Amino acid sequence: MPETSRRGLLFGTAAVSAGALLTACTSNEPKKETPAADSRPAADDKPGKHVTIGFAGPKADHGWLNAINENAKARAGKYSDVTLEITGGSNDIAAQIGQIDTLINKKVDVLVILPADGKALTQVGLKAMKAGIPVVNLDRVFASPQAYRCWIGGDNYGMGLNAGRFIGERLKDKPDAKVVELAGMDNLELTKQRTQGFDDALKNYPNIKKVARQAADFTVETGQAKMAQLLQAQKQFDALWNHDDDQGVGALRAIQQAGRDDFLMVGGAGAKSAMDAIKADDSVLKATVLYPPTMAASAIDLARALGQGKGVGGLSELEIPASLTLYSAVVTKDNVDEYLPTGFR
Amino acid sequence: MTQQPVSPAQQDGADAGTVSATSPESAARHGGPRSLGLRLDVRNLSLLGVLAVLVAVGGFTKPDQFLDTSNLQLVLTQASVIGVVTVGMTFVIISGGIDLSVGAIVALASVWATTVATQEYGFVGILFTAVVVGLGCGLVNGLLVAYGGIVPFIATLAMLASARGLALQITDGRTQIVSVQSVLDLGIPDSYILGIPPLVLVFAAVTVIGWLVLNRTTFGRRTVAVGGNAEAARLAGIDVRRQRLFLYLLSGLCCGIAAFLLIILSGSGQNTNGNLYELDAIAAAIIGGTLLSGGRGTIVGSVLGVLVFTTITNIFVLNNLQSDVQQIAKGAIIVAAVLVQRRTLRNGEV
Repeated sequence: MPETSRRGLLFGTAAVSAGALLTACTSNEPKKETPAADSRPAADDKPGKHVTIGFAGPKADHGWLNAINENAKARAGKYSDVTLEITGGSNDIAAQIGQIDTLINKKVDVLVILPADGKALTQVGLKAMKAGIPVVNLDRVFASPQAYRCWIGGDNYGMGLNAGRFIGERLKDKPDAKVVELAGMDNLELTKQRTQGFDDALKNYPNIKKVARQAADFTVETGQAKMAQLLQAQKQFDALWNHDDDQGVGALRAIQQAGRDDFLMVGGAGAKSAMDAIKADDSVLKATVLYPPTMAASAIDLARALGQGKGVGGLSELEIPASLTLYSAVVTKDNVDEYLPTGFR
Repeated sequence: MTQQPVSPAQQDGADAGTVSATSPESAARHGGPRSLGLRLDVRNLSLLGVLAVLVAVGGFTKPDQFLDTSNLQLVLTQASVIGVVTVGMTFVIISGGIDLSVGAIVALASVWATTVATQEYGFVGILFTAVVVGLGCGLVNGLLVAYGGIVPFIATLAMLASARGLALQITDGRTQIVSVQSVLDLGIPDSYILGIPPLVLVFAAVTVIGWLVLNRTTFGRRTVAVGGNAEAARLAGIDVRRQRLFLYLLSGLCCGIAAFLLIILSGSGQNTNGNLYELDAIAAAIIGGTLLSGGRGTIVGSVLGVLVFTTITNIFVLNNLQSDVQQIAKGAIIVAAVLVQRRTLRNGEV
């Protein structure tokens, strides 16, 4: 049993150094949507017209959502011509609508909204657009394209697809291979998309069968509880796809407690603890599929470009695009160093 | 002076936990002193029946996995955290109160105990912090309810909100991973004592102590008396306010212990810990026969209630049922358990 793996995963409560997020990586890959790692913002760096950006997101009660806020603040702080008005965040739909209404009344130049529920918040997006405030819709998509000028977000289907492909390639020569899925919250659309992508990828590998799927709730506690019982139910399997690295902390704990190491595990989202474990290579966790919170930094870039009437640097278009989907890259031991600076705590 | 109200309950002997000390007719119905007091009442017998049916279902559907020793260890381990919380909750409900803040207190205690600063002091630091935070929250609840005159529902609802908020503020939404090896070691099979996980031993100890306190001490009898009729208890000389204060402290203490167990189990502290524990603990106490209006309840019943819930979840996962089906079935089983209980109770008592 890898006793030291927990030590490897150690991180404390010290605040994330936003500066480290911005500057630590020297990678210069051309078309990756990870501006926090790549110091080159979407629009050009030269100070322009002053832009006030209103930012409204859900309550940051989860590592990924907290990283969203951190990324937005850090990127806004980098621009001398941007003022960020950030709301407290709420998972309550009515409360979030109220917060966005306040930002509209304050007459901010551009709004960046990560709705707690895209469908339920569509009306307030429409309201902002009608009031002449362009909306950058972050991640959870509004029900109507009229409710936003630009959408930027992650690819949940692609996340499942790439996790499935990675596992498929690893197991393609193994007859009667079995995989297990530890999903996120079943009442979220994104969980269904992740599962759908995963199932579609596995269709390319007829020798692999998904033998069990359980939903946890994106928390360490539920991850531990569900995984412990899954391990009991499945005495032997070859791979595990876990939708979320936060609940993965609990899942890894359950795997350690059960003393199992007979399968490979693929995580999701890209937490720093997961990347550290992949780098240390002393547990079943061999990869994680990204759902990068750096999209919040990109959203600030897009909002600034919108406010200043610019396009995106490097593209021929005069305007920013209507939608941008991030790529769900697979982080393994081979490329983990490149992605580590984007890992969230 | 304080011994006065206790005498009727003492005559009733061991059954004080299930019978309101201020209700002479029910005392008469259960009658006579019992030497051991270990007799399970009819409710608990029916709950044991429900548990037996569940075990049969588990054994029948997944014979290899369900009856495996490691699975039984797992079910008991997973029952431990919520079980400890439920013991404290049972006391509060018997006294006619309610504690909606238990889940939030578990969350706050677990994140406070796993901060970097606390982890520096190792095992003792984490345990001490968890227990002190639990007691502190319980103290605030108790003061608000007993001396502030705020109804328990509101006081503990306020604690729920603020403790969760504080837990979120401390963590910033991050998962705080524990690096203290002596704490982590308690969660792995090497630490099992005669095949029993340490978490389960703590759960068992809390249950036994809770049972003793409720059924064998003045404190327990006063709890029942306050829940049965607070005014009568006051007239009989019980310091009702002080009693209530201690009950919420007790619930907070249980939350602190549960938080420590959860830290061992999950190897981390997170602000989402203990989510919906308040509902699980209340549900377990209620199907265990505790009256929501107070005055009656047993520790054994509550613990059986917890075991029923944990066993159901375990059987669901072993059979790979999806979460929507799980929720529907769980609701149905709660209703069925209560109906069976009612029926058995009527047949047994009337």
